[in-house]
Amino acid sequence: MKTESQESMLGANMARRSFLRYAGVGAASVGLLATAACHKDHNNPNPTTNGIDLGAKDDFAILNYAYALEQLEAAFYLQVVLTPYSGISASESALLTDIRDHEVLHREFFKAALGAKAIPALTPDFSSINFSSRTSVLAAAKAFEDTGVTAYDGAGYLIADANYLLIAGKIVSVEARHAALISNLITPGTFAGIDVVDPTNSLNKSATIADVLKIANTYLKTKVSAVNYGYVAS
Amino acid sequence: MNLFNIIEEIENIDPEVYGKLSQRRDVIKNITSFGSKVAIAALPFAVGTMFKKAYAADSAAPSVVDVLNYALTLEYLESTFYNAGKAKGTALIPADAAAKYFNQVTTDENNHVTFLKGVITSLGGTPVSLPTIDLTGGNNKGNGPFADVLTNYGTFLAVAQVFEDTGVRAYKGQAGFLLKNQTVLTAALSIHAVEARHASAIRQLRGQTPWITSTAALGNDTGVAAVNGNYDGEQNVTQGGVDVTTLKSATASTTSVAVATAAFDEALSSAQVLALLQGTFLVH
Repeated sequence: MKTESQESMLGANMARRSFLRYAGVGAASVGLLATAACHKDHNNPNPTTNGIDLGAKDDFAILNYAYALEQLEAAFYLQVVLTPYSGISASESALLTDIRDHEVLHREFFKAALGAKAIPALTPDFSSINFSSRTSVLAAAKAFEDTGVTAYDGAGYLIADANYLLIAGKIVSVEARHAALISNLITPGTFAGIDVVDPTNSLNKSATIADVLKIANTYLKTKVSAVNYGYVAS
Repeated sequence: MNLFNIIEEIENIDPEVYGKLSQRRDVIKNITSFGSKVAIAALPFAVGTMFKKAYAADSAAPSVVDVLNYALTLEYLESTFYNAGKAKGTALIPADAAAKYFNQVTTDENNHVTFLKGVITSLGGTPVSLPTIDLTGGNNKGNGPFADVLTNYGTFLAVAQVFEDTGVRAYKGQAGFLLKNQTVLTAALSIHAVEARHASAIRQLRGQTPWITSTAALGNDTGVAAVNGNYDGEQNVTQGGVDVTTLKSATASTTSVAVATAAFDEALSSAQVLALLQGTFLVH
């Protein structure tokens, strides 16, 4: 009988093989494989930067960027469900538990898919959030979800492989569904408010990697940089 | 359709596909603004070409303008629907729901129509004109499966949900044709996100989960069997070659189908979407 850790290692290995296989036959195929072969491991943080760097300018950097944000969201909602705010309703509890489960799965998916290319686990810093306060928790949830949507929307064009872009697309719309729900929990009818959707053309706002990481790092002990996308954590 | 298999299929048909792609990718990288008509004219989109080769039955790979005109057609349908609902006033939509939800959604869809027309024109293309629409889904007979769509709020909500969820799937299905195009892809993704916000809000109004929660057997979670096709494929649990139900969850070593399907929205191709809409909502 296999141990759980053996099984998960096997699973991760299988997933990684699949992932690399797709990378190998993807649109960027030859170049991507060649890059991958001599690619510096993402799990060796660059010592010249403060914390972790997303590494060379390629699809793995963008996927790790997504993985970093999903790690942060998963950690946040795990805490929200573990220590529910006072006065939480059954319906809010169920919805926030669903979101926790989605974010944990997004995190686990990127971890499995990236395999050895994955950045390490990040340590969050939620000291600015009062988990016993509904107002504080929902405000933080809104910040995470809205930032997540602008991050995926803003980084989509940086992805070279259509298969990876499709996966990002499958996730970002779920983040937008979360964002709309959280906004409505705070104030009904603000699911597409002017703070997140441009009222002149009704496009969701998008954000650069630098803008997003600046926000994300305020919730992280392990700071994330993206030197090759013009951002170093301070 | 398994997108991951397509490239392997192309490799069988055209072993030189990689070399051809590398040249085309340079062209794509240079297309970053609407005003770049020269670059647009030279658009042999790698992915589009690949899909064309993989699916010889599809007569033409879409250009950027084709993609935008397809999006415009869907936005026409949505804006016509919400404008018609709004025109009925409180006879159809309760005042509170209009104030908090439908006025916003109606404005957004009308804005999307205006925006897409502007972009298409700026690219040197011609926006498609408003199609003939039958909001009952009856192909111009006005007595389709949603015959009371403008008199019964429940039906109106159900159709709204289907349009929004389908719109999300439709935009997602076009992203690959806009690969590396900073301006157009970013705009398309930004509309896609707003459609998902709408879908979430309308699903909340209907008392559903804001996300599509499928079973292994059925993608459709709306309770309206007539729209099974619009949700077909949402039951998929394999992402990037990984069966995500085998991944650990917050409380167990595996993940339920409900969570696995809700955590990832699935795409639809333009052919799939048009097959659903033409001859029903879009008069054909």
